[in-house]
Amino acid sequence: MSFPWSKQYTPSHPVMTWLDEKLPLPRLVYNAVGGGYEVPRNLNYFWNFGFLAGFCLVIQIVTGVILAMHYGGDTSVAFNSTEHIMRDVNWGWMLRYGHANGAAAFFAVIYLHIFRGFYYGSYKAPREMIWLLGVVIFLLMMATAFMGYVLPWGQMSYWAAQVITGLFSSIPLVGDPLREWLLGGFAPGNATLNRFFSLHFLLPFVILGVVILHIWSLHIPGSSNPTGVEVKSESDTVPFHPYYTAKDGWTVGLFMVIYSLFVFYMPNALGHPDNYIPANPMQTPAHIVPEWYFWPFYAILRSFTQNFLIFDAKLLGVLAMFAAILVWFFLPWLDKSPVRSATYRPLYRKFFWLLVVDVLILGYLGKAPAEQPYVLISQLATMYYFLHFLVIVPIVSSIERPDPLPFSITESVLGSDGAAKLTTTKS
Amino acid sequence: MIRIISILTGLFFTAALLWSLTLDTIQLSKDGLPHTVEKAYVNHHLKDLKLKSDGIFGKFDKAQLKRGFEVYQGVCASCHSMGQVSYRSLAALGYSETEVKAIAAKATVSAKDPLTGEIKDRPGQPSDKFPKVIYAGVGNPPDLSLITKARHGGAAYVYSLLTGYEAQQPAALLKEFPDAKTGENMHYNPYFANLNIAMAPPLASDDLVTYTDGTKATKDQMAQDVAAFLVWTAEPELEQRHQTGLWWVLFMLFATVLGYMSYRNIWAEKKGH
Repeated sequence: MSFPWSKQYTPSHPVMTWLDEKLPLPRLVYNAVGGGYEVPRNLNYFWNFGFLAGFCLVIQIVTGVILAMHYGGDTSVAFNSTEHIMRDVNWGWMLRYGHANGAAAFFAVIYLHIFRGFYYGSYKAPREMIWLLGVVIFLLMMATAFMGYVLPWGQMSYWAAQVITGLFSSIPLVGDPLREWLLGGFAPGNATLNRFFSLHFLLPFVILGVVILHIWSLHIPGSSNPTGVEVKSESDTVPFHPYYTAKDGWTVGLFMVIYSLFVFYMPNALGHPDNYIPANPMQTPAHIVPEWYFWPFYAILRSFTQNFLIFDAKLLGVLAMFAAILVWFFLPWLDKSPVRSATYRPLYRKFFWLLVVDVLILGYLGKAPAEQPYVLISQLATMYYFLHFLVIVPIVSSIERPDPLPFSITESVLGSDGAAKLTTTKS
Repeated sequence: MIRIISILTGLFFTAALLWSLTLDTIQLSKDGLPHTVEKAYVNHHLKDLKLKSDGIFGKFDKAQLKRGFEVYQGVCASCHSMGQVSYRSLAALGYSETEVKAIAAKATVSAKDPLTGEIKDRPGQPSDKFPKVIYAGVGNPPDLSLITKARHGGAAYVYSLLTGYEAQQPAALLKEFPDAKTGENMHYNPYFANLNIAMAPPLASDDLVTYTDGTKATKDQMAQDVAAFLVWTAEPELEQRHQTGLWWVLFMLFATVLGYMSYRNIWAEKKGH
């Protein structure tokens, strides 16, 4: 957003003046992440995860492109070429561990980014488009991560491909032909691996494109903030550079420390040992478990154990798993409370924390084997998940009485705002 | 309108879940909680194994790796392949070039003759990987290259499995799960995922190998050494990873502190407290 007080780009060197006339790329950067973008001054650290997510995407693309130079997308060589990267390629182990743990880091950051949105109502008007594009990015990330996991062609890779494509066969009538079309065969095989490799290379760039749209649409209304009160005057904002480049900058360092501890000292802590066993279609692993970032959705999938009315249990599970994310698309219209931030919504705030606990429980259950008592608990937790978004949020938003909001961002930071006093004296 | 559809959808999922929940609870009240042989009798508390490669500063104990390699060659290699490892990488254990050549030459490798194009057997070269071991007996011995990464517990699991064989199955186990009775040509090992393993105790007696460094080859010593060796075959980069990581993380910490200080500096006036 360009506020009346936003700074304008002034080229300081003749070359930049020349460039600015022909292709105003420096101006674009200046207005997007430079001194020209005015940002609320009161953002807390939960606002750092957007920048960090972009940083993760860069890590993934850089390490991924180099890994692709050494990897062979063919079932006869995939597993061994992954080991070739680990053993014979210079710094190959660092690239691969960096890429695998980078995916986990990306999801960790994205989950915090999404839950920031839930808490502070970032999805509300006028920022619906940013939210919708964000959900699209998340869906693309899930697809990309899943296909990337298949590439090393270990046991878990193979059986993940088997299970996930198997979900499509639960769709009535077209299910089985659809699954065969997706796999390029009757079971995961060379055709599957090859197309997953192709798509795994393509999708990150699609994500990058949607990220650009996400940021573009963000710059129309400007960033939200922890009070949820819109920017009113110049004292409410600071220029992105140097204020937020400095704040985002040091947390990138902090992120790198934590991420590097995983890459260098516990590179396999988040992975499953079975994926170091070459894929074997004749031997099903004892427990097929996805990576941790899919556990909550896996728990939802498995909590539908009985046919209901005309619906097959498996189909219900698949519908619910996709619905668990698709429901986020409707959030801007389900939550009609005009107050954005949960800080001023006492009732919604309680349910928000209940949701956090619920998703953590679902995560634990997604890892657990599909047996009692885990299934019963996951049925209850899944129930709360859907009730939260589809029933509780719409109802709470109509009956809740929010706490009084501060007059402005400045008032919330400084305790008083000159502009606010002026208005009260006048009236 | 959208909120009405939403609430109805929410109630639909809830009804479907309640239906599953009810039927499952009835089933559960009949069956009780699952009691599996894996849960009750597989020993998940692995034996304690301390290796020099553990921890942030961990480095390989080359003497131990050499001993472990001798155990692999002398015992494991009769059934288990190690296809990801090449002879040349044995130099990392402290073998000289001549020694590596001599070790490789003892193996027979089937490869294309560069002159005639025929597939022929020839002595191994340092550039070869360990050839595949064809096993004719009962069971399916896994390739050992990655075994410590491919099992929960890693080296401690290998060590526990090798030293964990028991001659007698507990009477309670047989009473509770008669199916878990050790079959013919099988061996009872509480560390193994389904308790009965095809592999006969490989380190059944002392002195199965004669260590070149003169260490007494007890069963326990051999098991420890080969577990340490298999950490190396799975993660040959471990030392480099630990060392690089140390400098890299320290550098990042330093950069983070600088970044934090500049952040404080830039925001000093803005916070307005």
